[in-house]
Amino acid sequence: MIELKNVCYIYGENTVMEVGALKNVNLKIGDGQFIGLIGHTGSGKSTLIQHLNGLIRATSGEIYFNGQNIYAEGYKMRDLRSKVGLVFQYPEHQLFEVDVFSDVCFGPKNQGLPEDEVKQRAREAMELVGLDESYDSKSPFELSGGQKRRVAIAGVLAMKPEVLILDEPTAGLDPKGRDEILDQISKLKQERNITVILVSHSMEDVAKYVDRIIVMNHGEVLFDDTPGKVFHHYRELEKVGLAAPQVTYITHALMEKGFPIKAEAITVEEAKQEILKALQETNEKIPNN
Amino acid sequence: MGIIKTAKLVYDYIRRDEENNMEETDRAIDGVDVDIKEGDFVAVLGHNGSGKSTLAKHMNALLMPTEGTVWIGERDSKEEENLWDIRQTAGMVFQNPDNQIIGSVVEEDVGFGPENIGVPTGEIWQRVNASLEAVGMTAYRSHSPNKLSGGQKQRVAIAGVMAMKPRCIVLDEPTAMLDPNGRHEVIRTVKELNRQENITVILITHYMEEAIQADRVIVMDRGKIVMDGTPKEVFSQVETVKSYQLDVPQVTELAYELKKAGVKLPDGILTIDAFVKELMSVWKADGSGKEAQHD
Repeated sequence: MIELKNVCYIYGENTVMEVGALKNVNLKIGDGQFIGLIGHTGSGKSTLIQHLNGLIRATSGEIYFNGQNIYAEGYKMRDLRSKVGLVFQYPEHQLFEVDVFSDVCFGPKNQGLPEDEVKQRAREAMELVGLDESYDSKSPFELSGGQKRRVAIAGVLAMKPEVLILDEPTAGLDPKGRDEILDQISKLKQERNITVILVSHSMEDVAKYVDRIIVMNHGEVLFDDTPGKVFHHYRELEKVGLAAPQVTYITHALMEKGFPIKAEAITVEEAKQEILKALQETNEKIPNN
Repeated sequence: MGIIKTAKLVYDYIRRDEENNMEETDRAIDGVDVDIKEGDFVAVLGHNGSGKSTLAKHMNALLMPTEGTVWIGERDSKEEENLWDIRQTAGMVFQNPDNQIIGSVVEEDVGFGPENIGVPTGEIWQRVNASLEAVGMTAYRSHSPNKLSGGQKQRVAIAGVMAMKPRCIVLDEPTAMLDPNGRHEVIRTVKELNRQENITVILITHYMEEAIQADRVIVMDRGKIVMDGTPKEVFSQVETVKSYQLDVPQVTELAYELKKAGVKLPDGILTIDAFVKELMSVWKADGSGKEAQHD
């Protein structure tokens, strides 16, 4: 469990360039949640996630990880970083080893684990992202974009984090690569019951996978709720440079015309069920039809 | 002949070992014949590795065909003396805005292209003014590019291409790294250039909502063109599109799923308006809507 209390972060404090990147952020992130973090470029979401594993230190406020204040004297930041795994944007740019297996081994090796365990963890992590042994000796640079990205994610998973944060893991991938990565992450969350925080610009992806959405705007939390409820505010989301999934616009357009549908339908499947139900109820009301 | 035409185009990526012997060849384009009409807005779709970026790079002679021919503005790209003309006819915009901007001030960046080809100073400024105006970035002309948002940077990159007065712009996933607002800005800009200045646009994208705004959609798979038609023609074939590992817009998918479940909807619904209209008429025909709706 991660808890943020009144977290503020100011870039360039005491200079003319001073910018408040986070303003009084209070959040509780429970174990095993699948969270979508959205916000336009510059809204503070990247700054926020870098606080969660101690890469950036808050200007003021406190952060608790499993009940311990991470800014307390003697707190081991190193432990925090292996428990909270962060996959940056375009992580494939950070691959550097000669082959895939060595690259995945790098993290746990760096944690000082015995060689057997390093190898075992790397193997497991690769399995989790759907890469079998045939990839071991390949150069990371021979792989496709989606494969490289899975190698990079495996590298973080090999450290067995309790919390996995992914900064736009699907940027630049095609629809199939995107579905593969997100399905893997979703499966991983189920199997290991880890907490996943997904930073995304794709409202459709967020709607399909997460169970809680946090919307950032100008360094503040604007909304924090279930996807169905957050996307209900699609007009406010548009004002802050975001949008809702196309399905939300469909349900609202239908509602305006008097069609009996609930606004909470945000995926194609949910909308389909809602519409079929409405049409069926209509038919039942008219026995001769 | 249209502004860009390819005949039996083939391209092989060749990997060589240290002794320069051929180690492996990978056919990225496998016999593409395409003819693009001047003034058209064409979207090119395909999964990663389908050959669409390789095709795009032939459209301003960044790559030369292994076999076959490419004509840009009726000039054969294999003739070296045509290179400058070709690059001026067709400009390219890439995915990452940070890799394409070189000036320290927006207007200088936009002026770089024309200055490089020896346009007189007075005319450079005219072109810079017109290009910034066309992409709606005049207000930022004296800003530093690194303070701009992703969408704004891409618009500056597009202005830089416009300053070369091209007849055609090829954009290779220009919105892949942008947030929804940035995507919207870039696509609106591109559409305006197409409609108002009659610039031919070739847009490579993974976003189906962008593709439906085009006049023509081309789908690539394994180096070949596998679908080619209006957005409506292409996206009405939901299963075929999906078989090429692509998506259809959510509204199209929803209409298709409902149709499969027995709701009487036509094929190829691409917009929310069309969907709502069709569904409402189904609903009213069922009877219930008659009391609620008085029209």
